[in-house]
Amino acid sequence: MLKYIKHYMSVDGLEIFPLISFLLFFTFFLLVLFYVMRQDKKHIQEMSNLPLEGDNTDLP
Amino acid sequence: MELEKFYYDNRIVRNFAIAAIVFGVVAFLAGLWVALELRFPELNGPLSYITFGRLRALHTNAAIFAFVGNAMFAGIYYSLQRLLKTRMASDLLSKIHFWGWQLIIVSAAITLPLGLTTSKEYAELEWPIDIAIAIIWVVFGVNMIWTILKRRERHLYVAIWFYIATFITVAVLHIFNSLELPVHFWKSYSVYSGVQDALVQWWYGHNAVAFFLTTPILGLMYYFVPKAANRPVYSYRLSIIHFWALIFIYIWAGPHHLIYTSLPDWAQSLGTVFSIMLIFPSWGGMINGLLTLRGAWDKVRDSAVLKFFVVAITAYGMSTLEGPLLSTKTLNSIAHYTDWIPAHVHIGTLGWNGFLAFGMFYYLFPKMYRTSLFSEKLANAHFWIGTLGILFWALPMYVSGFTQSLMWKQFNPDGTLVYGNFLETVTQLFPFFLLRAIGGFLYLTGALIFVYNMIKTAASGKFLAEEEAEAAPLVGEYKKHKGDHWHRLIERKPVQMTIWVTIVILIGGVIEIIPTITVSSNIPTIEAVKPYTALELEGRDLYIREGCNACHSQMVRPFRSETARYGEYSKAGEFVYDHPFLWGSKRTGPDLHREGGKYPHSWHYNHMWDPRSMSPGSIMPRYPWLFSVDGNDATLDLSHTEGKLKAMQKLGVPYSDEYIASWQMELEAQAAAIAEDLNKDPNIEVAPNEEIIALIAYLQRLGTDIKNVEVVENQ
Repeated sequence: MLKYIKHYMSVDGLEIFPLISFLLFFTFFLLVLFYVMRQDKKHIQEMSNLPLEGDNTDLP
Repeated sequence: MELEKFYYDNRIVRNFAIAAIVFGVVAFLAGLWVALELRFPELNGPLSYITFGRLRALHTNAAIFAFVGNAMFAGIYYSLQRLLKTRMASDLLSKIHFWGWQLIIVSAAITLPLGLTTSKEYAELEWPIDIAIAIIWVVFGVNMIWTILKRRERHLYVAIWFYIATFITVAVLHIFNSLELPVHFWKSYSVYSGVQDALVQWWYGHNAVAFFLTTPILGLMYYFVPKAANRPVYSYRLSIIHFWALIFIYIWAGPHHLIYTSLPDWAQSLGTVFSIMLIFPSWGGMINGLLTLRGAWDKVRDSAVLKFFVVAITAYGMSTLEGPLLSTKTLNSIAHYTDWIPAHVHIGTLGWNGFLAFGMFYYLFPKMYRTSLFSEKLANAHFWIGTLGILFWALPMYVSGFTQSLMWKQFNPDGTLVYGNFLETVTQLFPFFLLRAIGGFLYLTGALIFVYNMIKTAASGKFLAEEEAEAAPLVGEYKKHKGDHWHRLIERKPVQMTIWVTIVILIGGVIEIIPTITVSSNIPTIEAVKPYTALELEGRDLYIREGCNACHSQMVRPFRSETARYGEYSKAGEFVYDHPFLWGSKRTGPDLHREGGKYPHSWHYNHMWDPRSMSPGSIMPRYPWLFSVDGNDATLDLSHTEGKLKAMQKLGVPYSDEYIASWQMELEAQAAAIAEDLNKDPNIEVAPNEEIIALIAYLQRLGTDIKNVEVVENQ
């Protein structure tokens, strides 16, 4: 029975997968964060106002 | 610049809305019915079509794909046109999408009660319907992207990114999880087996929640909450981070459905870690939604729409905190297989999806019918009854889950189980089952009030099918601003956006799934594990037809409380010939992986005829249609057996050509032996060709391969 457990835990080279995944995500996250912080205010304001335009259905 | 005049297509929005409302009521009714069946198993009477095992899939499919699906399409078609200041690119594609989707739903409603199922959760539909889903989904995607390409607004609002991610990811998930080898028109086997099938299925299952029940609804939230509150979203910056972080992380979290199972440990841990990380983008989104109401909280008091939105977003926050917590090994060992999981799921569907859809329809119907809501009072009544319904549904199930789990794990000082009889841990839950049914009844009542209110609202107004609008066309090259960067670029380049989304969602799937499938050492083979005999394979297909896996797991976790109850814990290598895997996700009844050899054939015979004759108080339905008794013809259908064996052989199950040539003789011999043993019992009279014989053969085989090895080793 123990040999099965040992087998799972010691598959060679697989420990690297979680590490790669985390680094991938973290780099990605920092990139998104960096660029989001750099966006100019006017553009952000325009974007967030988009849903409030383009609808002429004010109630009669 | 000259303004162009054009018309928004409201008809397609209304059609999807009506479909959502009709199928919503059906889904809630089916839910209430199965909830009652869990307490009163006699409710299905002599009908095989409405047993819990078959109807449960109908309920989940109706709730997810018919109710939330149609509601989401209604919201997408409404908001997409307005955010892009254009009509949908093709009315024809819109229509094909609508009618195709409804046809798929109807075919699901017919095939599932007939027992035509693949058994894979939320992907139960058989292969012809799977192909139809893929085609209609692509129609939806093409129509959406085409509309984006002919837009009059340069930048894509964040809601549209969520829609794009939904389209791409659901397409990828659906295609890879549905890869199956057809045996005939209504039967197929998953190309994956055992552990691999489980991993692919829960990569799909989890992300069906993520990309069918979450991302599109978040898109709707980012459009309709600002709209209803009449103020922009709290932080557009936060919404960008929310989007990218969410779609990147979500795709990794699937393995948390398989904690403590035979899935390789590294994949389980990866699922847990990414699930915990999910709290952050999810809560970012929740906070963004709630804070959009900053300075407008007084409106919540008067507006039923906003009330529904507030509870929906709160439910989103609750279930996205709960989900990651349930992914930790500690809580998972308690909650998994118990009623806690349906409780968690229903906070999401009833609260987040349901209430967001209701809020959206309360907003849309008066707009489209050029009138005001028929009764704000009734809407408020719906809100309160619905909220109470959610609480009555979920709270008893939390208590029930805890109760059952603790009972499963309780030991006497001498090391034996206190509740060695599984049934004792079920009968204890009856009051909670009833309370849940009351919760479902309340929620359904609220929905019926809503239907009445919508009908009256529609009747009091005049439907505006073609809504006139004006906007300037997009002309000329976009002038780059100083300091422009890549993100601003993809906000106006839908194709690049789509490619980026695809890359981001594929990373997680590739890293988790490819090693499990390709690295053979992940699934240690066990010499003693042999393919099922032809009779057992037919029995297994009956197990699938009856939906036994809706209530019985086949996965003994490596806990003392489970090995003491069921026997040796399950090994990955034991499932290598299981196309599809049948691990299940809920133990309304006991685990069956070590069922083989536990009871005599006659026990199973009597138990399937009337479970209460063997286990008084059992809530399992009777299965008289498996018996050729009282004029019922339950002759086992052998017309596809050879095809099934050949399909399995193609999938890599080592059936020899000689076996495939002589299967009938061997099947008859095995069936005759079981029938002979049964007929020794003076109360039993059975023919070898009855379906019950095949089912008994399968049940008696379950988990025995390893048992035999240990006997050999001990000798």
